Amino acid sequence: MEAFWIILTGTLVATSCGLLGNYLILRRMAMMGDAISHAVLPGIVLAFFLTGTRDTIAMLIGAGLLGVLTTFIIDFLHKRGKLQADASIGVTFTSLFAIGIILISAFAGQVDLDQDCVLYGEIAYVPIDLWISNGGTILGPRAIWISGGVLILVLLLISLGYKELYLTTFDPSYAGVVGISVGLWQALLMGAVSMTTVASFESVGAILVVAFLIAPPATAYLLTTRFRTMLWLTVGIAFLTSTGGYVLAVAIDGSIAGAMATIAGILFAIAFVFGPEGGLMSRRKKQATLEESTVSAA
Amino acid sequence: MEAFVEFFSLRDPNIRYVVLGTILLTASSAVVGTFTFLQKKSLVGDAVAHAVLPGVCLAFLLAESKNPLLLIVGAFVTGWLSLVVIDTITRNSKIKEDTAIGLVLSVFFGVGILLLTNIQHSGNAAQSGLDSFLFGKAAALLPNDVRAFGILAVLLLAVVGLLYKEFKILAFDKNYAAILGLPVRALELTLTTLTVLAVVVGIQAVGVVLMAAMLITPAAAARFWTDRLSIMLILATTFGVISGVTGSFISYTATAMPTGPWVVVIISIIAGISFFFAPRKGIFFRVRRQMNNRRMILDENILKTFFNLGENDHSFKEARSWDQLLVERHFVPRRLRNGLARLRRQGFLERQSAGWVLTQAGFEKGKRTVRLHRLWELYLTQYLRIAPDHVHEDAETIEHVITPELEQKLQEKLGFPEVDPHQSEIPYR
Repeated sequence: MEAFWIILTGTLVATSCGLLGNYLILRRMAMMGDAISHAVLPGIVLAFFLTGTRDTIAMLIGAGLLGVLTTFIIDFLHKRGKLQADASIGVTFTSLFAIGIILISAFAGQVDLDQDCVLYGEIAYVPIDLWISNGGTILGPRAIWISGGVLILVLLLISLGYKELYLTTFDPSYAGVVGISVGLWQALLMGAVSMTTVASFESVGAILVVAFLIAPPATAYLLTTRFRTMLWLTVGIAFLTSTGGYVLAVAIDGSIAGAMATIAGILFAIAFVFGPEGGLMSRRKKQATLEESTVSAA
Repeated sequence: MEAFVEFFSLRDPNIRYVVLGTILLTASSAVVGTFTFLQKKSLVGDAVAHAVLPGVCLAFLLAESKNPLLLIVGAFVTGWLSLVVIDTITRNSKIKEDTAIGLVLSVFFGVGILLLTNIQHSGNAAQSGLDSFLFGKAAALLPNDVRAFGILAVLLLAVVGLLYKEFKILAFDKNYAAILGLPVRALELTLTTLTVLAVVVGIQAVGVVLMAAMLITPAAAARFWTDRLSIMLILATTFGVISGVTGSFISYTATAMPTGPWVVVIISIIAGISFFFAPRKGIFFRVRRQMNNRRMILDENILKTFFNLGENDHSFKEARSWDQLLVERHFVPRRLRNGLARLRRQGFLERQSAGWVLTQAGFEKGKRTVRLHRLWELYLTQYLRIAPDHVHEDAETIEHVITPELEQKLQEKLGFPEVDPHQSEIPYR
């Protein structure tokens, strides 16, 4: 049962992250995902401190605000300050993350969060942390409800705004012409990324969220050229990542989240070498056929 | 205050080691970071910093001890490997560089965490303190550490010093470097190696996550103060060292405080000040310059409108009403009101009961703007063969930019023409 809950949480988190990640990598904003996942930390700590509880709603709001603020600061430094894009991202997320860590140290004892947990989370505790209703009924692990709820929101955003997100991703200028606000959908996407990051924070931590955001969509990207297929593949890869990660972690007695990121990397490597769309093998083969045909033509 | 004297007098040998150590660590990453910043590869340093972790753990697993030299070798190997992987992925697939960086960063780090937790669960007593790689431990540097990192830092600075000219050309113009016959590939490889070295060394001070800041932020801050590479290097190093030493001081006085995050917060504050208040490039000055320009353009446009109205009814001494101005040319009312008040203060306009009227100075200025506009229209049609109905927009912009010297040249080139392409008279002095 324990394994089931952990794998389920992992799959839910990886699916929400992966679906959003598809948009991030196609918009060349993969590092924005990295930046947001780090920068929401002060928001979470402040929400903890202000409400005094591990109230999920407060945390989601705090982190969501920080996430949008991060996008805003990066944009401001890049456009107004004329600071190059990579440096704007780097400066912004490191300073916010540092502030978050300092806040944790300052409120140590009052806040039930520690530095390691921030970095790689603790998905192993998911089955223990149960949600018990006022009537005393046990409703299952809390993390399932949180990550499940976030997944529903992400699915809602993607299905209701499918056309808008699709257009603003692939052809922003055309989207602008037909009256779809590029800025608005960008903000919605970033808000969703921040929310997902926070919801995943407790179970997988700040940096491994990035593995879930980027690795499954990057793998799917190598396997297909169709966007819809890419989204579906991401879901499958998310499940494989979560299950494989759990098995690996049990086998060598290590962090489950770390193992899941490792599996995500291995799956990518397989797709990279053997994938039909620009995998190493297929490229070699294409090149070989090309050479052959040139030789025979000559 | 006592703590301040105690710390900065450097009497305590432990403090001396910490200060010396932090100076070396922050200086080397600031120097290397300047070059990666100029190559727009700042985030690569972030990937290396995360990728160092599995190497440290592997080295520990193999040697079963925390020999600093072995850990450094391990860190170096996986740090380097991560860059090779990023390069391979972007070269051989449709994956873009940012995705490759994020992927490598998180997966390598995941592997590192897996190994680290595995080591922690194994119950090996020697492992304690291995996790200081995650958040740094500048305030607890031991003489042994400082010696090891000191040698690396000096080596690194020496290589940069020797190859300064080559790196400079590479950073600003890779193609030019290739044309000069420099071994571009080898130089890039050297710079990459130096980046990995700087990360391996600097990570001791601030830890994995915040290492990127030590590479990026000092360079980003320094860039706002200068255009010269040598000065930028000196500034970046100074900023890095100041933040390093201050950060260690803070965690020395408040022991619960982690060093790395404080170092990063201080360098970020320095960067924030630079972004806003650095002369010429700072946001504050840039915005002010923009506002001044916009004001100048508005003022010239208002005076030009007065002149045009005067041309229409052959009387430049007549007062013009608010409505008349708005009919002649589109203005934002609020801006027009401010502009009129400003021009009156500066003596270009006078207020009368029926409206505003040009002074002699205002008349001259309005006339000059109109003259430049028409001269430019004529220049465009005569020399660039642009149709007369296409030249107005361009002239609207350029009329505010032309200097008296250029004006002189235009007049001579066109032979002091009498009318513009629309047969309007060009007003001379």
